[in-house]
Amino acid sequence: MGWAIALHGGAGDIPVDIPAERREPREAALRRILQIGVSALNAKRSPLDVVELVVRELENCPHFNAGKGSVLTANGTVEMEACIMDGNTKKCGAVSGVATVVNPVSLARRIMEKSPHVYLAFDGAEAFARQQGLETMDKSHFITPENIERLKQAKEANRVQQDYSQPIKPEERDGDSKLGTVGCVAVDSLGNLAAATSTGGLVNKMAGRIGDTPLVGAGTYANKLCAISATGIGEAIIRETVARDVAAVMEYKGLGLKEAAAYIVDQVAPKGTTGLIGVSAKGEVTMPFNTTGMFRACATEDGFMEVAIWKSE
Amino acid sequence: MVGWAIAVHGGAGVDPNLPTQRQDQAKQLLTRCLKLGISALRSNLSAIDVVELVVRELETDPIFNSGRGSALTEKGKVEMEASIMDGLGRRCGAVSGLTTVKNPVSLARLVMDKSPHSYLAFSGAEDFAKQMGVEREENDYFITEDNLGMLKIAQEANSIVFDYRIPTIGYESCGLGAESPLRMNGLPINFYSPETVGCVAVDTQGRCAAATSTGGLMNKKTGRIGDSPLIGAGTYACDVCGVSCTGEGEAIIRGTLAREVAAVMEYKGFGLQEAVDFVIKERLDDGKAGLIAVSKTGEVACGFNCVGMFRGCATEDGFMEVAIWE
Repeated sequence: MGWAIALHGGAGDIPVDIPAERREPREAALRRILQIGVSALNAKRSPLDVVELVVRELENCPHFNAGKGSVLTANGTVEMEACIMDGNTKKCGAVSGVATVVNPVSLARRIMEKSPHVYLAFDGAEAFARQQGLETMDKSHFITPENIERLKQAKEANRVQQDYSQPIKPEERDGDSKLGTVGCVAVDSLGNLAAATSTGGLVNKMAGRIGDTPLVGAGTYANKLCAISATGIGEAIIRETVARDVAAVMEYKGLGLKEAAAYIVDQVAPKGTTGLIGVSAKGEVTMPFNTTGMFRACATEDGFMEVAIWKSE
Repeated sequence: MVGWAIAVHGGAGVDPNLPTQRQDQAKQLLTRCLKLGISALRSNLSAIDVVELVVRELETDPIFNSGRGSALTEKGKVEMEASIMDGLGRRCGAVSGLTTVKNPVSLARLVMDKSPHSYLAFSGAEDFAKQMGVEREENDYFITEDNLGMLKIAQEANSIVFDYRIPTIGYESCGLGAESPLRMNGLPINFYSPETVGCVAVDTQGRCAAATSTGGLMNKKTGRIGDSPLIGAGTYACDVCGVSCTGEGEAIIRGTLAREVAAVMEYKGFGLQEAVDFVIKERLDDGKAGLIAVSKTGEVACGFNCVGMFRGCATEDGFMEVAIWE
């Protein structure tokens, strides 16, 4: 069998008439970053290295809700979180509440490999990042004009901007405000699996709010059967332990990857809340979602490749 | 209508040489909390109210590692965390990094009931606590002499308390008494503090709930989050059961332990005890942990793969047990 990789840039209510200038840069980024992941797999990098590498690229891209380009809290600040998991050992690392770390996914990896803990947050996480010499920038680096605008709109509408919620006014067609998260899953030709997810969270979230992304079993999971990264409404993904459940259904009910993922997304998770990407130890890949769309891309070693936003025909 | 059932715990991983006096104190507290829960269930309180009530009691008492009596960070402060889950609707709430909130489990409940989110941490959580007007105290209130002593030992032994099972470095030079060969979380068990408290309950309507609360690991880095506030890891409740775990945080997180019990019941059709035994045996690898669980049909079960777990359980038909060892 060959390697397989999938990445996502968030599931949500992405309207089909999204303006080209909002759609194209994201599609181009997905394509470009997919290639980076593919090259790394071809160069025999481990899936753990590959998912970190790919998520770093997604974090650096300001068009997605992670790293630079993260959505803003109610206080106008950025609080980023991320998680990474190694399928073979089930070792994991997670981080929440970072405001100056350029690549939260790399911090999550350091926590996994170089700290005595699994999950660090807020000041403690920031301190550890500095101790480890990870790249940090002033908080303003991460804040983009689009996100300042999104926060303003959310406050005016006086709501927490959930990724699935229909716009209040029909003319308020800021469809790409419905951003989730970024993530990557990968498997190599030996069946080694890894998953990583990173996000800025929900627009106008309360300071200190933690979503599904850093919670092992909710937004991120990998074991010897599969690797999963989920995106959508954090609170729903947590309650449904989405990432773990896909693996559990495979393990306990003997379903294949696609079937298991489809079951969770179509039958278990409430409509409009969830999307996920998954790869299996057999080299399969799946990208189901029950929202309007999900920015996604995948490839397998035999040459299959897909970059898409809405349901494939 | 089903019979109610309830279980409480005060941590897995107990020093076999624990002084009898301490053992008795612990059993008394567990008994008291169990009776409180039983009384509440008999008064037809819902499971979610019962677990909150019982865990509040455990937090308030300084004996176990939660609320007052929490383990201390490397800086000698208390950072508390908790989570609560209602099997009905699988609503959940969690908090981490609390420094002034007298009852973390109650703030977790407020996150569930009164905020648009599921999990709040650190200063955001503290702000929410102020907004909600919950009872608060200075950080000193939560710090006990016992724990200050424990922290000093841990620091002198130059041991950072690990989530991974890595041997303590430098312990040999610390000159403590007989070193116990038993270790948990990287510390010899004679000064490893049991980690966490929890309660699970099923009420007469068959609704399950679970709650867990802790101060975390002794000498932990500021900002360290363990399994207790993580839904699916330390706490889980759904239609079929309610589960609360305790032990080595990393093992519980990567084993998604609480969710696992429910998953094998749902997907493999296991009964409660079967599920608990399976998860403890098969899902911990070389990690050490324990858990308590109730099912919607009024059963109660516990399981642990380490030396001892402070626990108590009771069912409506009159069964009651408070124990530490096998």
